[in-house]
Amino acid sequence: MRFIGAILFTAIAGLIFVASFTATVSAQDEPLVGPKPPVVVKPMESHIGNITGHAADAKSDYRRYCAGCHGDYGDANGENAVWLDPKPRDFTIATFKCRSTLTGTLPTDEDLFNTIGRGITNSNMPIWNVFTKQQRANLVAYIKIFSPRWEHEKAGTPITIPPEPPVTIESISHGQALFAKLECWKCHGTHGEGDGPSASTLTDSKDNPIRPYNFALGGKDSRFKCGSTNEDIYKIFMTGVDGTPMPSFADVIQPNDAWDLVHFLRTLQVHRHSKENEVLTAAHGVIPPYVNKNPPPAADTNKAPGGGQ
Amino acid sequence: MRTNKILVALLTLLVCPSLMLAGTVSGKVTYTGTPAHQKPIDMSKEPSCAKQHATPISTETVVTGANNALDNVVVYVSAGATDEGQVPAQAITYTQKGCQYIPHVLPMHVNQEFDIINDDQTSHNIHPLPKVNTEWNKSQPPGTPPIKEKYDKPEFIEVKCNIHPWMHGWFVVLKTSHYDLSKEGGDFKLPNLPPGKYTITAWHEKYGTQTADVTITGNETKDVNFTFKATAY
Ligand code: HEC
Ligand code: HEC
Repeated sequence: MRFIGAILFTAIAGLIFVASFTATVSAQDEPLVGPKPPVVVKPMESHIGNITGHAADAKSDYRRYCAGCHGDYGDANGENAVWLDPKPRDFTIATFKCRSTLTGTLPTDEDLFNTIGRGITNSNMPIWNVFTKQQRANLVAYIKIFSPRWEHEKAGTPITIPPEPPVTIESISHGQALFAKLECWKCHGTHGEGDGPSASTLTDSKDNPIRPYNFALGGKDSRFKCGSTNEDIYKIFMTGVDGTPMPSFADVIQPNDAWDLVHFLRTLQVHRHSKENEVLTAAHGVIPPYVNKNPPPAADTNKAPGGGQ
Repeated sequence: MRTNKILVALLTLLVCPSLMLAGTVSGKVTYTGTPAHQKPIDMSKEPSCAKQHATPISTETVVTGANNALDNVVVYVSAGATDEGQVPAQAITYTQKGCQYIPHVLPMHVNQEFDIINDDQTSHNIHPLPKVNTEWNKSQPPGTPPIKEKYDKPEFIEVKCNIHPWMHGWFVVLKTSHYDLSKEGGDFKLPNLPPGKYTITAWHEKYGTQTADVTITGNETKDVNFTFKATAY
């Protein structure tokens, strides 16, 4: 009897059509019904130098200064969020753009601390220089209460950045060759104006349209979302801008080659005052074609290290 | 030394599940209705890929075969298996070739290592979009070594290449190694199931999931078929 039942059930169940598979992935994703429960402020901490931040101490600052955009629950559903493009960060998934750490890893406390102090250019994320360092450290800790990842995972290890070599026209020329070879232009365009062949199709990981950074735009002090120094640019393309189409190149660019790329990218910021643009002007504004000074022996060409074109 | 090896071999044979009672669940995945037309992909922006296809390939959201067969359905044991968590040792590969993902759907076990390979003359960026697992996004220029990855939580993960927006695939991370991908006529087979009650789930990226319960009592093959209702959009 039971056996026949099982067969019958098998046959019937085979015909049942379940419209949505997401429901089987995680039942926790179901929207909450009824009044929202209070925010549970977990005892998270942050460590910036000798300052220890405590989530509990940031409760009122967060509600007053951040919740309007990032939401009481850190889910980017603050009352102003609908009007914003790009959207505020959703802290519940703990994916961050500005990291010194490899793609897919959590940023360090310093990374978040710096971002809050710096604000995010070309977005509605303000520069928060009104806070004391302690307040900012507390806010870093507060951001961690929204995702369990902060309890189960350690922050990534910052990538090692070798000292910057001098800016030379050869370095810029090699950087240009890398920009071509690594196909940055497919998104950013040959002149870095954000108009490459794939640019118009890009969306971020929440399906909102996103433009590749336009290097040419911006004045003499143009900044990036994740900083403004040469070291910041180095970090940006090596670690990637998580949650966006901008991939990480840490596995495919040698450290010194990366510096050459940084030097070339600076020349794309045509209006910016920079050492790179001075060097370029001295070379009459022409980047010579790249010539490899140490070509591998002819028989060995295809063993050339990746990125070391 | 040698006798030791023989002993080990004998012991392995003794406990080897394939020698014990084990059944198989097999069947076919089909559809009813009319599936959405798959559009030819315009790869003219990437000539090195376009020239690899004599005729343009189509999108692979719904891949069908003769007699209403439905391909690329992951059929797996979603409940009842006693060996959950045993990560298969063999690595599996996900290849980018002709600006296409091969296979289009890659089923894998939680924590199983897989290799991502770029067989093309162009850079790809591999950008899976998990919600439960961790999101990362990596560039892979031609001639660079495989990217080794694994996922630690079960999830159906969409995979994108932002540089080539038509590239689209799936990682299906399961907590079982009893899975198969329906192909070549919608056939699937789940062998090595010791006696017990199982729930078999079939997942299709467009048409969702279906489940069936099945009981294995001994060395037998149970027929389970899944029929999905195709939608025209
Ligand atoms: C007016 C709206 C607004 C307010 C108020 C605001 N933010 Fe933001 N915030 C944003 C937006 C928009 C982004 C995303 C910008 C982007 O993706 O380019 C962002 C991003 C962030 C990020 C992510 C950085 C990264 O690396 O991804 C952090 C951290 C952050 N905000 C912290 C805060 C804190 C702390 C406060 C309160 C002191 C705050 N924000 C207040 C709009 C706001
Ligand atoms: C698949 C498309 C794509 C490719 C390929 C790509 N980028 Fe990007 N890049 C983007 C997008 C999109 C953004 C904007 C991210 C954002 O606004 O959050 C961006 C942003 C940037 C930024 C600015 C980030 C900031 O903090 O404001 C830099 C610098 C950059 N890319 C450098 C590079 C370099 C160098 C390469 C090649 C080695 C490259 N990109 C390849 C899409 C791409």
